[in-house]
Amino acid sequence: MVQSIVPQIIKESVVNLIQKGERADGRALDQYREISLETGIIKKAEGSARVKIGKTQIVVGAKPQIGEPFPDTPNVGVLITNSELLPMAAPNFEAGPPNETSVELARVTDRCIREGEVLDLEKLVIIPGKKVWMIFLDLHIVDYDGNLMDAAVLGSLAALSNTKIPSTTIEGDEVVIDYEKMVPIPIKEQPLMCTLAKIGGELVADPSLEEDDVLDARISIGLRVDGSICAMQKGGSVPLTREEILKSIEIAQEKTKELRKSIPKE
Amino acid sequence: MIIILTSKLIGNSNKGSLITSGTKKRPDDRAFDEMRPLKIEAGVLERADGSAYLEIGDNKVLAAVYGPRELHVRRLLKPNMAILRCRYNMAPFSVEDRKRPGPDRRSVEISKITTEALNPSVFLEKFPRSTIDIFIEVLQAEGGTRCAGISAASVALADAGIPMRDMVAACAAGKSDGQVIMDLSEWEDKEGEADLPIAMMPRTGDITLLQMDGHLTSDEFQQALDLAIKGCQIISEEQKNAIKNRYGD
Repeated sequence: MVQSIVPQIIKESVVNLIQKGERADGRALDQYREISLETGIIKKAEGSARVKIGKTQIVVGAKPQIGEPFPDTPNVGVLITNSELLPMAAPNFEAGPPNETSVELARVTDRCIREGEVLDLEKLVIIPGKKVWMIFLDLHIVDYDGNLMDAAVLGSLAALSNTKIPSTTIEGDEVVIDYEKMVPIPIKEQPLMCTLAKIGGELVADPSLEEDDVLDARISIGLRVDGSICAMQKGGSVPLTREEILKSIEIAQEKTKELRKSIPKE
Repeated sequence: MIIILTSKLIGNSNKGSLITSGTKKRPDDRAFDEMRPLKIEAGVLERADGSAYLEIGDNKVLAAVYGPRELHVRRLLKPNMAILRCRYNMAPFSVEDRKRPGPDRRSVEISKITTEALNPSVFLEKFPRSTIDIFIEVLQAEGGTRCAGISAASVALADAGIPMRDMVAACAAGKSDGQVIMDLSEWEDKEGEADLPIAMMPRTGDITLLQMDGHLTSDEFQQALDLAIKGCQIISEEQKNAIKNRYGD
């Protein structure tokens, strides 16, 4: 995390509450804040979404471009995920090149989307080894109120599900792009991420800003529809036990089912 | 290249002879002195001290204000007043071809002129040794984002409770298709003959930003300037409404 200074008194009150099974905003330990999701909000982007978890707000845009595949994977399309923790999102965020938190967020989101097989990358090939669709997924964090990971994955999934690319045909050596005929990008799976924070020895879902600031450890778990695991990331300086990790997965499997309800039906 | 130039020349000469200013419909059916649909909302972000969201046509702009707060860069510090810093930034997905993240020459220039456009409106002397930071994010661009950014930033400053002489409003005028017009769309800006963005404090009439590119006669310039001023006055009313909607009369 981008470290912010937390008074000891706040830390103690958050920890004490959680140990009593309560939270500062009145939620149950495993309860998410209100989630809202809008898609297709940016006309200039081929896919877009605005996601809010509590007051955390991310605008996600997906833009396809034709490019060359990576030499080691000539027969699959390219997905590039990038995130910007905008200085407008929090007083301690600064302008400039992406910092550790921003890079971690982009990479974890990328892993969840990639390994969760949201996109059928093989279907994004135009001419094998030469021309493929490259999908740029940009996460624009405009308001930071804790738990960026879950919001980022939810927003990315929504934006990609909403993405349309122009149809292409090959005539001789040339690729003909038909912008009149836009087709939805091939979506395979719908993974989601659930983040739990370990605070005062307890596990709480969807950490708020205060909880994000004082947490001992954090575990983010990416799960497909069938409950199988596609990505994980532990954060924070305190270790987790085997039991805590297994319990986290159980909670995450329950919670992602709930999260899934916020995805608009296409 | 040559083909494009020729066709443009022919186009202009035809239109120049046929048109009396201000009678022709524009590509989006607007009158010459008509603004695109405008919407401003104040207080849209949780963390920022002040914020605003503005839509004009297909432009979507967010502005956030932090401060007055402590300034850590000592060489920028002024012992008798606050400083104002602006950062104008475009989202990678805000334009047709993805923009690489991070500042480029254009956004650095716009950040500078935005700072200068807003500076005279704020009572900076009330907050010595501090900074007021303004962040403008263009989520979708459709011509006239610098003006949209300035108008939004001013509402965000008011939302942050920062004392000001007036809310700065910004609007462009220009010439497209042989006609002097208010509030150029992306197409009119690209294909048109001239662009004249201004920012002003409508209460006093002080103009705090002025840029121009293209080609105008002095008569056309005067027409354009008057149209831009009229545009600023319209925007100013919406800015006030946004603040009233959030805080009441």
